[in-house]
Amino acid sequence: MSNPRSTEAGRPIPWTGLVFTLLGSLVLLFIIAPLAGILLSSSFGEISDAAADKEVRSSVSLTLSAALMATIACTVTGIPLAYLLARKRFFGRSTLFAIIDLPIIVPHTTAGIALLTVVGRDSLFGSTFGSLVGTAPGIAVAMAFVSVPFLINAAHNGFAKVPVHLESAARTLGASPCRTFFTISVPLAWRDILTGMIMMWARGISEFGAVVIIAYHPMTTPTLVFERFNDYGLAHARSAAVVLLIICVLIFAVLRFVAKRRSREE
Amino acid sequence: MLELHSINRKLGDFTLADLTMSVAKGEYFVILGPSGVGKTVFLEVVAGLIRPDSGRITWNGADVTFVPPERRGFALVYQDYALFPHLNVAGNIAYGLRARGFDKKIVKKRVQSTAELLGIRDLLHRKPQTLSGGEQQRTALARAMITEPNVLLLDEPLAAVDPREAERLRRVLRDIHQRGDTIFLHVTHNVDEALYLGDKIGVMLDGTLRLVSTPEEIFRSPTDREVADFLGLRNVIHVDEITKGGCRAAGVEISISITDDSMAHVWIRPEDILLSEKPFESSARNQFRCKVIGWESSGRLLEVKISVGDLALSALITRSSFDDLKIESGAVLYCTFKSSAIYCF
Repeated sequence: MSNPRSTEAGRPIPWTGLVFTLLGSLVLLFIIAPLAGILLSSSFGEISDAAADKEVRSSVSLTLSAALMATIACTVTGIPLAYLLARKRFFGRSTLFAIIDLPIIVPHTTAGIALLTVVGRDSLFGSTFGSLVGTAPGIAVAMAFVSVPFLINAAHNGFAKVPVHLESAARTLGASPCRTFFTISVPLAWRDILTGMIMMWARGISEFGAVVIIAYHPMTTPTLVFERFNDYGLAHARSAAVVLLIICVLIFAVLRFVAKRRSREE
Repeated sequence: MLELHSINRKLGDFTLADLTMSVAKGEYFVILGPSGVGKTVFLEVVAGLIRPDSGRITWNGADVTFVPPERRGFALVYQDYALFPHLNVAGNIAYGLRARGFDKKIVKKRVQSTAELLGIRDLLHRKPQTLSGGEQQRTALARAMITEPNVLLLDEPLAAVDPREAERLRRVLRDIHQRGDTIFLHVTHNVDEALYLGDKIGVMLDGTLRLVSTPEEIFRSPTDREVADFLGLRNVIHVDEITKGGCRAAGVEISISITDDSMAHVWIRPEDILLSEKPFESSARNQFRCKVIGWESSGRLLEVKISVGDLALSALITRSSFDDLKIESGAVLYCTFKSSAIYCF
């Protein structure tokens, strides 16, 4: 307040806005520049060649479908957990939140190694049902591990925003807890759940570290990009990378649009 | 018949303490208590949403204390109506029947007739967020009534609507209550609402039921000073000494026709106190010289505060008598009230 420039006529200095805008632009530029760079430096021919490349195609479909499997499986198991966390107060609840966030902070190659102890050849699961190393389900497991926190946290936020007494009113009107969950809680938290699913799917698609440890083959697109970069250099890697980037951005845009429109309808 | 037997429940700062009451079939029971926490908890306990720490709830003699809310048939209407924002009015009203697996055609027909009953037939396609407070309340009532509940639990149903709509809704509540055998258990802080709607009124203070009475009797029989204050009774006077034929309070001898040996307070209705410029012959046994201290508007009447020695009283008079008496601060008047107009407790 002692600075005369800061409070002239009680208004905040126009500087603040200017500085904030500048700093914000730097961050945005930092996000946009590399993405724009990779798009602009690839010619249309290169991209269409890559899109026609069999290896690229199969890697893209593997990546998308494995991430989708992971998302669906974790939606079925994670949504009830998110609901419990939003509704019940119990001992160890905050510890549970911390555990759910663990995959975000664990280095992803470490996560891959850790997963080997559960689904690898020598693990209990592996010796009973067969190892998931080098399989599509194995890739899905690796993707699920690193991306499920996004889904659970988003769904938890969604459920927490649903007023409890809407559920209570439904109960007194004759709805069982299960019916109440599916007809009141889920529809009202739907937008957050859907956002969480999109985030989880997107995060799964982009995973490299954990996936590459569980399965180098069959090859996901991030693994393919990595391999081509190592073996053939930048130009080869770039066109495959751009194909996945374009697909991801398109899907992401469509789903966000759908989620937004749904919420406006409500 | 709905019966609560010694219900106890502690929830944060609020305690329901040893609550025992019974409501007969078809009765409109109003729980009157100050605003704030507690009354909603009470309704949620009755609805089965909150388990009591101890005590039992019975419906027609059968213990329902541990019956889950969806199987009790006690519909709860929250103060903010708790309409489902993702369903339109028709969907909200139909909710309870759909949960019970009714046939689609029957649901549609009953939604129509229930909406008609509550005067919201034109709103069936609207989303709750677009409705006025009164319309939302009618929707919430329709949604509860369509399930033909044994007990309808109402949480301050008129508190959030404007006064004219509240008046209309009061009539709606009375009408729908008279149509069936459903028990209405209605909590409110509004004394007028309780008097208008209740067959019985229970006064709840600090989580205990202090008094259960009828609208006709409730003002005659306050059980203690707190109840009297809550009911807004003016002229509740602490008795210093019980005398033959009356009492002494703040140095004034008051004559009472029916006394009670254990009385601690007496109460004179402010509308029973007559003010006059001069003393007059009257069968009324209490006539005192008094001084005007002040006055304030009380609806259509004026409340004049007077003092008889150290005893402060309020009298309700019309505006025209106010002008006739040429009332001003410090004016000396006479106040008169019958010994039979005094209640003891």
